[in-house]
Amino acid sequence: MSIPHKVGTVKSKQAPNVNTQPKAPVAKGVKAAGKKRDEEEATDTAEGEEWMQGKTLVKPPDQLDLTEKELNEEITRVLTANNPNAPQNVVRYSFKEGCYKPIIFVDQMAIHFELEGNLVHKESDEGQRLMAKQAEREDGAGDEKLDNLAKAGKKARKLTNQFNFNERASQTLNNPPRDISCQTEPPPRANFSATANQWEIYDFYVEELKRREKSKEKQEGQFLNKEEDKSKKKMIQAETQSDDISQLAHAAKIIERMVNQNIFDEVAQDFMYFEDAADEFRGEKGTLLPLWKFLYDKAKGLSVTALCWNPKYNDLFAVGLGSYEFTQEERGMLLFYTLKNSSYPEFSFNTASGVMCVDIHEQMSYLVAVGLHDGCVAVYNLKKKSDQPIYNSTASSGKHRGAVMQVKWQKDDLDSNHNFISVSADGRVVSWTLVKHELVFTDIIKLPAMDKVPDDLKDVIATAGTSLDFHKQKDYHFLVATEAGKIHKGSKYYSSKFLETYDAHFMTVSRVRWNPFHPNVFISCGWDWMVKIWDHTIESPIFTFELKTSVTDVAWAPYSSTVFAAVTTDGKVHVFDLSINKYEALCQQKVVSKKTRLLHIEFNPVHPIIIVGDDRGHVISLKLSPNLRKKPKEKKGQELPKGPEVEIAKMEQLLSSLR
Amino acid sequence: MAETGDGKKEDADYKRLQSFPLIRHTDMPEEMRVETMELCVTACEKFASNNESAAKMIKESMDKKFGSSWHVVIGEGFGFEVTHEVKNLLYMFFGGSLAVCVWKCS
Repeated sequence: MSIPHKVGTVKSKQAPNVNTQPKAPVAKGVKAAGKKRDEEEATDTAEGEEWMQGKTLVKPPDQLDLTEKELNEEITRVLTANNPNAPQNVVRYSFKEGCYKPIIFVDQMAIHFELEGNLVHKESDEGQRLMAKQAEREDGAGDEKLDNLAKAGKKARKLTNQFNFNERASQTLNNPPRDISCQTEPPPRANFSATANQWEIYDFYVEELKRREKSKEKQEGQFLNKEEDKSKKKMIQAETQSDDISQLAHAAKIIERMVNQNIFDEVAQDFMYFEDAADEFRGEKGTLLPLWKFLYDKAKGLSVTALCWNPKYNDLFAVGLGSYEFTQEERGMLLFYTLKNSSYPEFSFNTASGVMCVDIHEQMSYLVAVGLHDGCVAVYNLKKKSDQPIYNSTASSGKHRGAVMQVKWQKDDLDSNHNFISVSADGRVVSWTLVKHELVFTDIIKLPAMDKVPDDLKDVIATAGTSLDFHKQKDYHFLVATEAGKIHKGSKYYSSKFLETYDAHFMTVSRVRWNPFHPNVFISCGWDWMVKIWDHTIESPIFTFELKTSVTDVAWAPYSSTVFAAVTTDGKVHVFDLSINKYEALCQQKVVSKKTRLLHIEFNPVHPIIIVGDDRGHVISLKLSPNLRKKPKEKKGQELPKGPEVEIAKMEQLLSSLR
Repeated sequence: MAETGDGKKEDADYKRLQSFPLIRHTDMPEEMRVETMELCVTACEKFASNNESAAKMIKESMDKKFGSSWHVVIGEGFGFEVTHEVKNLLYMFFGGSLAVCVWKCS
C-alpha cells in the first residue's frame, strides 16, 4: 500500500511544481489515505522541509480540516488476511438436524483477477491436434517431425464411442389373438364280416377256376368271329359281335359308301354329267347307258317282282323279290338300295313268302306296303330297326286268297289313318286301313267273272287282277287290269259295278297306268306282245305298238306326257316318244344277257334314269340319252311354257290329230 | 385248364392250382389293391411258418405306406366282423389254406 508517488517527499531537488500535481489524483484514498499522507507528510515533511522550505502546501478542496491534535493522534491499524467482503455469519440448513446451523468456516478467498492461460498439455487431445496442425504447416521439416505427424495422424482419427449411440424403439400394434378350431369329418367307415375256413377257401378257389375257364372259352369264340369279319368288307355292316364294334357301324357305312363311290366312280360321273354327244347324229334315236347294277347274294333264285322309287329320297328305291313260278319254294325279300351304294342294300327284310308288289307312301316315305304271294299284306316301317312288319294281315283279318298283285297307298282317310288298296289274284279289290295296331279291311269291289266261266261257277272261279292304278287327280277313279285281258275302270264310291270295261288284250294284262299329265290317257301292256294307249272316254285304243315278245311292264316318264318305256321278256327296253315318232320306238336296247327276262321298269322321278328288274334278282340302272328326254322345241320369240299344261297340250295335240 | 375228374389228380391239382393269391373281397382302389396283395404274398411266403411275424411285417409296411393305423389278421380258420375305413379293406386267400384280412381303422 505504499503509494509509489510520494507526495511532496520527492527526494529530488526538482522543481517544486511536481509535488503539487500528484496530490490531486490521490483524493481517492479518503480518510485512511489522507491520514497516511498526513503521517508521511509528517515524517517526510520533516525531511522535506529541510529540502523544500520554499514549498507551499496545496490543499485539495475536499480535504478534511483536522486540528493538529487530531493530526497527531495515533491510530492503530491491524492488517488481517480476512476478506472484508466475505460474509461473516453464513447459516446453512442442515437436513440431518432439521434446522439452520451457522457455518464456522467461511470461504475467505476473494478473486481479484482471473486470466485464462493458453497453455495446453502436449499429450492431451487438444495438444495433439495443435501439434498435428503445426506439423502440417512445417512439412518436410525432418524425420522426427514426420514421426510425430504419423502418430498424431493415427491418434487424430476419431474413436467411435459406444456410448455415443442412441437407441430408439417402438412397438407396433399387435392384433389381438383369436382362437379358431375346426373338426374335419372322419373318413367314412363300414363294417365287414366274413369267415375264413378251409372249406370256404376251397369253394372260392373252385368257383374262380370255373369262371376263368368260361372266360377263356368266350375269348376263343370271339377271336374266330372277328377274323371272319375282317375278310369280308361287306359284312362289316351286318355282323356286330360286341358293343364296341356296333358303334363303328356308322363310320363303316360311310366308308363303305366312299369305297363304292371310288370303285364306281366312272359310273357316278356318267350318271351326273354324261350326255351322249352322239345323239345329235343319230337323228331321233336315243340310247340307254348302263349305270349301276344292283345284286344281292341272298337274292339268288328270286326274281324282281316289284320296283318302287322313294318319293322323298330320290336315290332310294325298293325292290321286291319273289317268284312268279308258283311251284318254287316260297320265300321273299324286300330290299332297299340306294344309288350311293350299289353293292349292298340299305335295308333288307325277309318275308315268309314271295313279295309280289311294293308301294311306298308318298308323304311318310318310311311306310312301305308289300303284298305277298300267299295273299298277305304287310306294312313295314323303315324307321324301326326291327325285321318284322309293323302290320301284317292274317287269315282271319281278311287276307287275300290269292297272290296280291298290286298295292297302292291312298290319301289318309277322314280319321287320318293311313290306308292302301290291294288287288289280288282272288279278284277282290280291298282297302286296308291302319288302325292302331291292326289292319282293317274293306272290300271295295270284286272283279267280274270272265266270260267263259259258266254262270254257276262265277262266284267260285275268281278273275285274277294283275294291276291297279289310281288316277292322279281324281283319285277315286282307278283302273284294274285282269288276267283275262280286260281293263276295268272303277270308282271307289261305286262298289257294285265298274264304270267301264275295255277289251284290252288277248292275254294277261301285265300293267295298266294312267298318264301322269293328261287326265284321260292311260297305257296298258300285256303278254300278247302289245302296248296300247287309251283315252278312257274311247273304247278302242289310240295307239298300239307291237313289240316282238311279251311285254312285262310299261311306265310313263315323269318329265313328259308322251314318253314311255316298256320292257319285254327278250331282255329289251323300248323307249317311245309319241311327240317325236308315233310308230317306232326311239330306243330298243337289250340290257341283259341271254335268257334273262326283264320283269319291271320304273322311271326315277327326278333323275333321267330308269331301273329295270330281271328274273335273276338283279336290278340294272340305265341312263336315258338326251334324245329320249326331249322337251318341246322353243319357237323363236316365244317363251317356253313349262309345267304340266304343256304336256297336256302336247298329248291333246296328238290325240286330236288321230280322231 | 381242362377239368379232370380223377381223384388222384385232383389232389395234386388242388395244391398246384389253388396256391395263387385270390382276392375274396376288397374295396381298395386298383393301385393300392395290387400293392397290398403283393405285400401280403411276400410276407406270407417269407414267414410261411409264423403268421404273427408275417402279420407284423404287413402291418408295419402298410402303416408306413398308407398311414396309420392298419390291422392284419392271418390264419386258416377264423370268423370276424370289423369296422373299417371305406376303401381300405382287403380280404384275400393265399396258398390254398391261408386267409389274410387287412383293414384300416384309426
